[in-house]
Amino acid sequence: MSVLRFRQAISTALADEMRADSSVMIFGEDIAAAEGPFKTSEGLLKEFGPLRVRDTPISEMAFTGAAVGAAIMGMKPVVEIMFMEFLGVALDQLVTEAAKMRYLSNGTLSVPMVVRASCGAGVGFGSQHSQTLVNWVAATPGLKVVCPSDAQSAYSLIRAAIQDPDPVMVLEPRALYAERGEVDTGLKIEIGAARILRRGSEITVVSLGQMVNICRSAIEAFEIDAELIDLATIVPWDRKAVLESVKKTGRLVVVEEAPESGGWGSEILATVTAQLFHQLKGAPFRITTPDVPVPFNGALEARFIPTAEDIARQLAHAIKTGESPKSWWSLEGFK
Amino acid sequence: MQRRLDVQENEIARYERMVEIREVEEQIFELFAAGEVRGTTHLCQGQEALAVGLASILRPTDAVLATYRGHGIALALGLTPHVVLAEVMGKAIGCCGGVGGSMHMCDMSLGLLPTSTIVGAGIPIAAGTALAFQTQGVDSVGVSVFGDGTTNIGAFHEGLNLAAIWKLPVVFICDNNVYGEYSRIEVTTPIEDLHMRAESYKMPHFALDGMDVEAVRKGVTQAVDRARTGGGPTLIEAKTYRFAGHSRADQGLYRPEGELEEWRKRDPITVTEESLLARGLLTPEKIADIKAEMKRGIQEVIATCNAAAEPTVAAMFENIWTPPKESHA
Repeated sequence: MSVLRFRQAISTALADEMRADSSVMIFGEDIAAAEGPFKTSEGLLKEFGPLRVRDTPISEMAFTGAAVGAAIMGMKPVVEIMFMEFLGVALDQLVTEAAKMRYLSNGTLSVPMVVRASCGAGVGFGSQHSQTLVNWVAATPGLKVVCPSDAQSAYSLIRAAIQDPDPVMVLEPRALYAERGEVDTGLKIEIGAARILRRGSEITVVSLGQMVNICRSAIEAFEIDAELIDLATIVPWDRKAVLESVKKTGRLVVVEEAPESGGWGSEILATVTAQLFHQLKGAPFRITTPDVPVPFNGALEARFIPTAEDIARQLAHAIKTGESPKSWWSLEGFK
Repeated sequence: MQRRLDVQENEIARYERMVEIREVEEQIFELFAAGEVRGTTHLCQGQEALAVGLASILRPTDAVLATYRGHGIALALGLTPHVVLAEVMGKAIGCCGGVGGSMHMCDMSLGLLPTSTIVGAGIPIAAGTALAFQTQGVDSVGVSVFGDGTTNIGAFHEGLNLAAIWKLPVVFICDNNVYGEYSRIEVTTPIEDLHMRAESYKMPHFALDGMDVEAVRKGVTQAVDRARTGGGPTLIEAKTYRFAGHSRADQGLYRPEGELEEWRKRDPITVTEESLLARGLLTPEKIADIKAEMKRGIQEVIATCNAAAEPTVAAMFENIWTPPKESHA
């Protein structure tokens, strides 16, 4: 057990996988000589050399596609998309190529590639460098999607993603890169397994990425008897863990860092509502960001991301009344 | 695999394969016209020499990325008319189990990765196969075959640049059949010789006569040898002509009058016939026999495919993710 920053947990996981398996290679923009714009590939070029650790041109389509080809031919490539938005110019290769290759080969090939992307708000990068865009990748059969919430899950999920035989997208909350946490390198987190971080009986809180810690703060500071689930994997998400928890608590809230419309949390609510309708004590609801781009201004960005105070307000309201609380922006008269 | 060896070793077999591709494409056209097959299809009459010439040089361990106009390359590489036609007809014995259709041909044992419907998609993927070969220290090569219209999409430029800076063992082959979908090349592209685009990537490049299978073999050999021996990528422009329309619905009515007829004089099958006749390797009677036999054989294949089983509902749920038992983890 050691204490690592989130970004160090990532580079440690990459290094451990590269030591364990000589077919693992990584490439992306500024990841080799500069060791990554967020220092998530520290020491890799030095240890593994320029054949397996490569800087690419600013060509997301080319290097994501190259990962598809390399993966089919026996490598396990890990590519880094510097900001999730940049995946937009390479989406074809992930969604229409990588995720369809096994299907279109009649099951005669696999595509063991990993696409890592930094994502999310909170560090002042403005509207084109702060989105999470989970829903870009969550509705593509053939693609797995994970999102770590702390150093431990960053380490364990990166290793699980590399070991997985299929394409895996890893969404890394950028705001967490400098956060420290304990890491047990022997601890496995399976893709598709949620993490129950806190037991509770009044309400189930399902969250992801940087919202997990904010939820924990809300629960602890306001002494709410909530069960906190870090979903960790969005595709395929852990239905069993969530349903078991809601059976016990009778209440569900999903806390997402994503615009209200089209968020992944709706999927969780739909499943829970359909399967546990008669066991619910209150209406399941979501806490999200408003349907607006991520603002640059620090005070506005701080309101954009759900705050611990607002999460606590909404949890308390739901437990007390059984009704869905209103969003802060509707209370303040915004749409 | 024997079908692959045949085109590698024997020029009569290469001729016969071109005749086979032509016959399969003509019959697919008829099947669609008769409404017996659903969806769409993209035929490659006129481009047989490129397919067969390429296949005759490559090894099964090389990786080929081709497009939705892929029946010819699939047959040339050694897929049988059975698995190609069955796939076009959506049958379980098709090369993709019937869930792919006309645009998706694949046989990993012959080095044909799934063909893609996305213009340009195969270029970065072929570069990636070459990246694997380079990193693994093996002398296999990646190949991407694509149309003229592809030279205007980002993947072409990004992929060529990446291959050039990493000196990847990959061969890019632009099958310039004059039309990108319904549009003539000069309407969409400011240069005539598309291989010149490789200049910006400091990549060797040349054009070849895509209507002549021996010219294709010569050019492909040069590029493949360069790739195998560490010399990096090449861009080849094969000058061909698409005798058919873009897809099922297109009759090619936008073509200038007389253009098709002019190109038909250089039909790759005729070009090869003339060469084989001139050297006494075939007689007109033998040619007539080959064609008649091919017609009969393909009709038999179609009858077999017609009678073949449809995929089960379970096939819809298979091959999306790798089953845990196959996992390397």
